[in-house]
Amino acid sequence: MSASLAFDLLLAAALLWSAWRALATPDIFRAVVLFIVFGLLLTLAWARLAAPDIALAEAAIGAGLTGALLLDAVGALGSRKDGAP
Amino acid sequence: MSSGLVFAAAGAVLFAMGLAGIVLIGHLLRRILAFNVMGSGAFLILVGLAQRAGGADPVPQAMVLTGIVVAVASTALALALARRLHRLTGRTTLSATDSDPE
Amino acid sequence: MIPLLKRVAVILAAASFAGALVVAMLDLPAPTVHLPAAVEANMAASGVAHPVTAVLLNFRGYDTLLEVGVLLLALLGVLAVTGVRAAPRAVAPAEPAKRMLARLLAPLMMLVAVYLLWAGAIQPGGAFQAGAVLAAAAVLLHLTGILPGWGAPGPRLRVSLAAGFLIFLAVAGALLARGALLAYPPAQAGMLILLIEAGLMVSLGLILAGLFLLLSRDSGDEA
Repeated sequence: MSASLAFDLLLAAALLWSAWRALATPDIFRAVVLFIVFGLLLTLAWARLAAPDIALAEAAIGAGLTGALLLDAVGALGSRKDGAP
Repeated sequence: MSSGLVFAAAGAVLFAMGLAGIVLIGHLLRRILAFNVMGSGAFLILVGLAQRAGGADPVPQAMVLTGIVVAVASTALALALARRLHRLTGRTTLSATDSDPE
Repeated sequence: MIPLLKRVAVILAAASFAGALVVAMLDLPAPTVHLPAAVEANMAASGVAHPVTAVLLNFRGYDTLLEVGVLLLALLGVLAVTGVRAAPRAVAPAEPAKRMLARLLAPLMMLVAVYLLWAGAIQPGGAFQAGAVLAAAAVLLHLTGILPGWGAPGPRLRVSLAAGFLIFLAVAGALLARGALLAYPPAQAGMLILLIEAGLMVSLGLILAGLFLLLSRDSGDEA
């Protein structure tokens, strides 16, 4: 029991850390990559919560499809230098 | 302390983190990231809290499953709006004076 | 630049909000309604053997119906914002090895999607996951330059995009005429759910893929 609790706490800490870094990292590309890492950690959390359906959907949609959309947008928005207006 | 409660608490912190991010961050892409973090926090609270006594609860799980699909659709729509704004004005923030500190 | 004072104030407010939420969670009394037991009690009449699928498409089917409507609206919104363009350009073709890998993987992914759809009745899986895998296959084919981006969706594509929602709506309407919205007769429930899920898989896969294909065609034009 205590080993699984320790794993849960570690996973929760990793979730918070990756979300924090995704929001605070200066480089937008790194931020999106960290957000994808956050999505994959979240998949583990769903597995721990006995929710394999959500884990499947999160891995395919949350980490995969959202990540692809965001990375594509980084490419499009980064084509001009930021702070130009 | 069950894993449900651990992840519900983590979800609460994620929700607050995303909320603060939406208020503080000007860059639209980061704001969309913060919005997604906020949503993930809400999903964790929904499932975690329902399962705080242990044992899977299919009702919140099904609702979160719909929520994830709606979240990606709203993310795509938000990205479309942000990209349109960028194409028309060259800006990546909403207001012209509010330059992004990042 | 955001003033430091505002930054500190917002972070403090968010931290105390999170703290209050966590304290409230620890204080919660035990739930008085036990939903898993209610789901378990009605599983026999649901037509499927997996509880999450039963909730998703039977007990709370109207949530799912409206959700597909929301997805369709989001796609229409993206179409409205990005505008209709006649001839989208394909991505520059990837290296031959990557293209071959994509050609090998795409049929396998379709197989996985159909398996997930079928398995959803008895174990984790279902239309959402299957649709997501289909969309991922389309994105893979697009990124390797095999599948071009979308211009204006033609009539056949439009019908396929709306098919999931329309089939779901037709079943709901037919059942409404018999009594209640989405109250399946237990004998036909399994078949009806599979029919709805098959439509949902195709439409969800196309909608999710469309969101990416519509957005990504802008990338080249903006430089």
